[in-house]
Amino acid sequence: MKFEEYYDIVVVGAGHAGCEAALACARLGLETIIFTVSVNSIALMPCNPNIGGTSKGHLVREVDALGGEMGKNIDKTFIQSRMLNQSKGPAVHSLRAQADKAEYSKAMRQTLENEEHLTVKQAEVCRLIIENGKAAGVEIFTGGIYHAKAVILCTGTYLRARCLCGEAITYTGPNGLMAANHLSDSLREAGIELTRFKTGTPARIDKRTIDFSKMEVQHGDIPVVPFSFSTDPESVQKEQIDCYLTYTNEKTHDIIRANIDRSPMYSGVIEGTGPRYCPSIEDKVVRFSDKDRHQLFVEPEGLSTNEMYISGASSSLPEDVQLAFYRTIPGLENCKIVRNAYAIEYDCINPKQLNPTLEFKAINMLFAAGQFNGSSGYEEAAAQGIIAGINAAMKVLGREMIVIDRSEGYIGVLIDDLVTKDNFEPYRMMTSRAEYRLLLRQDNADLRLSHFGHEAGLVSDEAYQRVLDKKENIENELYRLKNTFVGNREEVNELLLSLGSKPLHSGASLAELLARPELSYEALSPIDPNRPVLKKDVMEQVEIHIRYQGYIDRQQKQVDAFKKLEKKKIPASIDYDDVKSLRLEARQKLKQFRPVSIGQASRISGVSPADISVLLVYLK
Amino acid sequence: MFISDTIAAVATGMQASGIGIIRISGPDAFAIACNIFRAGVNKRRLDKLISHHVYYGFIFDGEIMLDEILLVPFQAPKSYTAEDTVELNCHGGVLVMKRILQLLVKQGARIAEPGEFTKRAFLNGRIDLSEAESVMDVIESKNQLALDNSLKQLTGSLYEKIRELREEILNEIAFIEAALDDPEHISLEGYPEQILTRSEKILSELHRLTDSFNNGRILKEGIKTVILGRPNVGKSSLLNSLSGNEKAIVTEIPGTTRDIIEEHILLDGLSLIVYDTAGIRKATDPVEKIGVGRARDHAMQADLILFMIDSSVPLSDNDREIFSFIEGRKAIILLNKSDLPSVVSEEDISIHNKSSFPVISVSLMNGEGLKKLSGTIREMFFSGEIGFNDELMITNERHLSLLNRAVTSVEHVRSSAENGLPEDFLSIDLMDAYDLLGMIIGEKIEDDLVDMIFSRFCVGK
Repeated sequence: MKFEEYYDIVVVGAGHAGCEAALACARLGLETIIFTVSVNSIALMPCNPNIGGTSKGHLVREVDALGGEMGKNIDKTFIQSRMLNQSKGPAVHSLRAQADKAEYSKAMRQTLENEEHLTVKQAEVCRLIIENGKAAGVEIFTGGIYHAKAVILCTGTYLRARCLCGEAITYTGPNGLMAANHLSDSLREAGIELTRFKTGTPARIDKRTIDFSKMEVQHGDIPVVPFSFSTDPESVQKEQIDCYLTYTNEKTHDIIRANIDRSPMYSGVIEGTGPRYCPSIEDKVVRFSDKDRHQLFVEPEGLSTNEMYISGASSSLPEDVQLAFYRTIPGLENCKIVRNAYAIEYDCINPKQLNPTLEFKAINMLFAAGQFNGSSGYEEAAAQGIIAGINAAMKVLGREMIVIDRSEGYIGVLIDDLVTKDNFEPYRMMTSRAEYRLLLRQDNADLRLSHFGHEAGLVSDEAYQRVLDKKENIENELYRLKNTFVGNREEVNELLLSLGSKPLHSGASLAELLARPELSYEALSPIDPNRPVLKKDVMEQVEIHIRYQGYIDRQQKQVDAFKKLEKKKIPASIDYDDVKSLRLEARQKLKQFRPVSIGQASRISGVSPADISVLLVYLK
Repeated sequence: MFISDTIAAVATGMQASGIGIIRISGPDAFAIACNIFRAGVNKRRLDKLISHHVYYGFIFDGEIMLDEILLVPFQAPKSYTAEDTVELNCHGGVLVMKRILQLLVKQGARIAEPGEFTKRAFLNGRIDLSEAESVMDVIESKNQLALDNSLKQLTGSLYEKIRELREEILNEIAFIEAALDDPEHISLEGYPEQILTRSEKILSELHRLTDSFNNGRILKEGIKTVILGRPNVGKSSLLNSLSGNEKAIVTEIPGTTRDIIEEHILLDGLSLIVYDTAGIRKATDPVEKIGVGRARDHAMQADLILFMIDSSVPLSDNDREIFSFIEGRKAIILLNKSDLPSVVSEEDISIHNKSSFPVISVSLMNGEGLKKLSGTIREMFFSGEIGFNDELMITNERHLSLLNRAVTSVEHVRSSAENGLPEDFLSIDLMDAYDLLGMIIGEKIEDDLVDMIFSRFCVGK
């Protein structure tokens, strides 16, 4: 006799997507159960030991602004932290922290286990239950049936996973964990189209066998900037662990080239498509054949282990080749590999089957997030996870679901790209994908997105009020700076000269002075006696706004134009066959996607601007 | 929402003319035509029409005959709109055409909105948006040369040029973005200098296009020609002889022309907008003072100045003033009243004619010299003296404004690079330039464009 249980929401998978999704649902008061093949793999970091990085750091902060957990969790468990790209513009500053992997996973597991309304269950989900075209629950391998009002699929890299290390193939998930081999068939039966992607991870090397004196040391930042807007900056100033930088060389490349036919990627054993933007070392050697060296970062996996992660050297070459090429690298001459690099291949979906809410177009109450949607990366997974969680909850509660658009956040860019564009490889977030990035900075994620989290109910009134206060402080200070004038007094000009800035011949506003690149807000304090006491984050916003005003205004105009097209809705009843001058390809794509707005239609690959003009005229 | 009903309109403009064409387009065009048409001298009813044949016959409203016409059916998709279309070549009386239109409406057709025929051609895939825009230019262009240029745009030489520029800009964007994403492998070292040179190059190409607008405008609107000369020298008479009608008041009293009189004139295939002005002199009458001031303003903006001198009297201070005014501009000097004995010598003229403008003797009394005048204008135009060259020209205001905005964006790029801003700032303005140029050739969606283009059309196109 099978037993049955009833929940509001079932989450399948407890990786970075599943954790955010389940926490969001439970925190919104819905009875939620989260399944994992092993409770030891909750929020597992099977690949790189860091959270954040270029554009990914933005995602973490956005998740935090929405009321997610990732930022808080890494603030608790990081062992080194840096703000990247500080020499570049504020749009590309990005926070990245090295995690103590074991601690990260443990801390998240604790958060899940202690969350009210949340049940953690170790089991392999083998069947999706669909009733009347709606997802209605899941069945687990051991027979239990879990009814639910909504199901969120966050299966990561576990579906029919297989790991490849040269000629050796094992049918396991990451880190030798059990693969989930049964759910795929059930999803296919439900009409979901599956595809296969590949990703890889480098070797882990025993710290005691590395000669760090041959590498460049990389320290963490002092002071550390926390990820979460709610973390007290004081609480994260602690001793940090070093990372190291070394390089490959021609010898390394020769070994890889000589053995390239033994890489399953090149010999054709791997059918899945790998990520272009997170290439394996053999990919780099082949694609950048003119480069005589590639960077490798050597990063600790945690405080309680000797394993060091060799970032930039993922590979699916056989063990003997791996050892040989790693040993050509300065500092790794005598290295011993603890875990081999390997590639993993898994089932995932073509995310064009999803609406921008992350609900399946064809199956009501079924949501999906994370690597299952064809993305790659912990942060991308968490970002989708929180949106899928919020939206599943909203739908169950009969409230309006949320969609963050491309001008509001990297999350919007990520999801819009996934659900509208052709994607042939694991999707990685990148700075260049965000066209309005000067407005989508990591420093203002709270100002941009907290209202979504607050409306949904994940951000408390108190926390939201803090954001509103911050906004007000920024606006007041901007107003004050623009309307406070300093004359060409001796004291003013002395200060300007001492800061390497031209003296004034007539009066100027403080804002005008601050617009000069050589002058900072802090530096002007001697000639600005009446300034209010402001928090550092407020000063930062004020400075950015004044310094880059022209650019911000122009980007805002681009956003206005974008929004205009987003607001032009396409009626659901449209018959594309009636629009004769649409090209055949465009007509097919539009029929297949059924975009909600002209804006969305314009981003579908295969729909040209000419086709959009036709639609615009037709809809007149 | 677009509904495929049948529309009708006068295609030749509602004005008295020799013939007028009424166009009917839509699924019922043939049926409606059969209902109202009687073919041949014996006025037979037809129950079907053969495409691309010309039928002679009569339009009947019930028993009342409205007009004797030629009817040409075009079966879909081989018609202007790619729908069934019938063209009625009627006699051009306004009243008759109005009655025929009313009859068509009674038969179930709807009066077309401005540009609706072209809009249908567009919607039915017959033409693309830039072609639609060129159709507009063809309709608006007033002479043969401008027409040629519109056709050139139809076939896409502007398109090619803009595409080239966009590709150059895109390369820069791609490079910057790639370097942002993969700083390890793509270095931005030395890039600011590179982008400075490249933006200079792009700017100079954009400027060449915007500069060509003036030529383009001349082609489309005509050469702005201003007649200057002291009062009563015969300026108004010149305008009248050029245009062939008595528009300006010609009297013997100096200062009769107090306002600017404007006339469009077709001279040997060139169109001219000729402005007859109050003479430039020290006016005492306050009303005339205004006229003189305006004459000056107009003359400042003129493409060509026709400076009239009365050769029967000695040069006056006023003439000398005008001589110095036209210096460095484009002008032709006309010695009027060549029928009277001349008191102005060639030397008198050449002393003052420092820019060596052509000098032509004319007599407006007997028309002497007018042919030489038009020949000289043509020559100046084609030699490029009055801005013209054989290159691609911008003739469309929308294109010009987009190009000017693109210039501003590239200038922003240049100043960002000069001021040492991080490279990711460059891409904001590069992207703007790329999009603005895209709007010219329809590769970037501009939602208002569609409305703009089709609403510029007159009814019947």
